[in-house]
Amino acid sequence: MMFEGFMVNAWEVASIVAVVAGVVGFFTVLRGAAFAAHSIPNGSFAGAAGASLVGLGTLFGLGVFAFAGALGIGLLGRRGRHDAVTALMLVMMLALGALFVSFSSEYAPEVYSLLFGEVLGISANAVLPTLLLGILCLLVVAILYRPLMLSSALPEVGEARGISAFAMELAFLGVLALATTMTVPVVGTLLIFSLMIGAPAAARSFTDRPAVAMALSVAFALAIVWFAIAASYETNWPVGFFVGTASAAAFVLGRVWAYARARMGRRPSARPSPS
Amino acid sequence: MSEAVLTVEGLGVRIAGRQVLDGVDFAIAPGEFTGLIGSNGAGKTTLFRAILGLQRPTSGRVLLGGRPRSRRGAGIGYVPQKFLLDPDLPLRGRDLVALGFDAGRLGPSTRLRRRRAAVEEALAAVDAEAFADTRVGRLSGGEQQRILIAHALISRPRLLLADEPLANLDLRSAQEVVSLLARVCREQGVAVLISAHEINPLLPVMDRIVYLAHGRAASGTSEEVIRADVLSRLYGHHVDVIDVHGRVLIVAGAGDDADLAGCEETVEHTEVIQ
Ligand SMILES: Nc1ncnc2c1ncn2[C@@H]1O[C@H](COP(=O)(O)OP(=O)(O)OP(=O)(O)O)[C@@H](O)[C@H]1O
Ligand SMILES: [Mg+2]
Repeated sequence: MMFEGFMVNAWEVASIVAVVAGVVGFFTVLRGAAFAAHSIPNGSFAGAAGASLVGLGTLFGLGVFAFAGALGIGLLGRRGRHDAVTALMLVMMLALGALFVSFSSEYAPEVYSLLFGEVLGISANAVLPTLLLGILCLLVVAILYRPLMLSSALPEVGEARGISAFAMELAFLGVLALATTMTVPVVGTLLIFSLMIGAPAAARSFTDRPAVAMALSVAFALAIVWFAIAASYETNWPVGFFVGTASAAAFVLGRVWAYARARMGRRPSARPSPS
Repeated sequence: MSEAVLTVEGLGVRIAGRQVLDGVDFAIAPGEFTGLIGSNGAGKTTLFRAILGLQRPTSGRVLLGGRPRSRRGAGIGYVPQKFLLDPDLPLRGRDLVALGFDAGRLGPSTRLRRRRAAVEEALAAVDAEAFADTRVGRLSGGEQQRILIAHALISRPRLLLADEPLANLDLRSAQEVVSLLARVCREQGVAVLISAHEINPLLPVMDRIVYLAHGRAASGTSEEVIRADVLSRLYGHHVDVIDVHGRVLIVAGAGDDADLAGCEETVEHTEVIQ
């Protein structure tokens, strides 16, 4: 049944992943870092391919590439445009990935599964590492919450108060890399992206308060993942299909809600006349 | 005299081979309202950044309360000239003000009740209660300005730096912001340093003026600084100061075209207003 045996692992791990994606995604959307959130997981795929080639653990390769990508984006993006630098990092990592994959003679299922995840096939010993990495991720965000928030909204004001925008950028990208390392083996590079963007982007249509938006973001991510697992189990369609479409649906729902709320005039959305 | 909140001594800043500031000297006493006047590119923002420790001086030094700065930004509130707030940011005006209370600290907030009271007080000080619950990115420029001033005030700074808060404001809003800052200055005893390229809106409230031109500064009371001889020396060519019904016009005096060009902007700005 859906709640028995190996499926228990799937529920547990996917729930941890959803919480982390909801929290990290909240800051990703806040900082307009969606492209980095796309590039780091996708580029880190190359690390896993390389690691499996030389006989190291794929998780190790994934982590190394995720952090290298984050560091590259952070350091090179210090001057000039972030998007160009992010694209460059992605392209470099993908090029390496193509090379590694071409070197590996046999089909490497664990590497390919990184693209789409293997939620339904998660083993029991994946639960603990995922949990520990997830807790670490949340801990870092909890510690940096306020400075990161100010630096994301008003970097110059933060700088003036001694909060280095560069340090915050590196810390954020580090959290993103950490989240990538723990979530990609579960939901895959393609899906973590939709989860990290869809849920928080939808959440902020429903509330003006940062803490509530973050909580909603986590709630949406959980709902999306749970729905996707159940639907996938029932239909045998890929989990990724359901995660992606549910994320997009949540976003659309948020927009409709915001529009309706503005129309109903319940929110003081129109500017109060300057006194 | 009590210890100056801010002392700038022989400050020079060189950026990309250009001497942006050169031997700038002035001091601000506690609770004083000071206007930093200069045309576009005079170095106002650079001076602020040097005071905040965001721009390393190539010569001279900045003292806060008579001592070199201990921590960056300690005791200084800052409202930057340019800022961009995303309209979709899930952050109300009051949330941004609350960040001013303890954003420098790590970990979860511990003094929630005190913070809430401080937020209300700061919002009241800038008359921002009416729009404090709207997303800050959707507020008008003037309203955002007030929220940022409240954000700066809530940390109880001894010095508030406001970089061109009057730019982009219509005359009435500009006067409101000036009287608001003057009130904050008197009531809370915060020294205010505000930059502007137009002197007249600030004349009624300024205790002191720091006039920047070509990277050099003249400072003193407005009677001491807004004089033909002082400003002519600063600009390096002859400048006239004309009083028109209580408004000051600073114009390039009779001279060659090069001189006129140097003062053009000042003339333009003074003539545009009122
Ligand atoms: N990072 C930088 N690189 C190169 N030049 C700079 C830099 N920062 C400042 N400058 C130069 O220093 C001069 C002073 O700039 P600043 O921004 O301090 O002027 P300002 O008085 O604030 O002008 P405005 O009224 O237009 O805001 C300008 O000519 C500017 O081009
Ligand atoms: Mg400026």
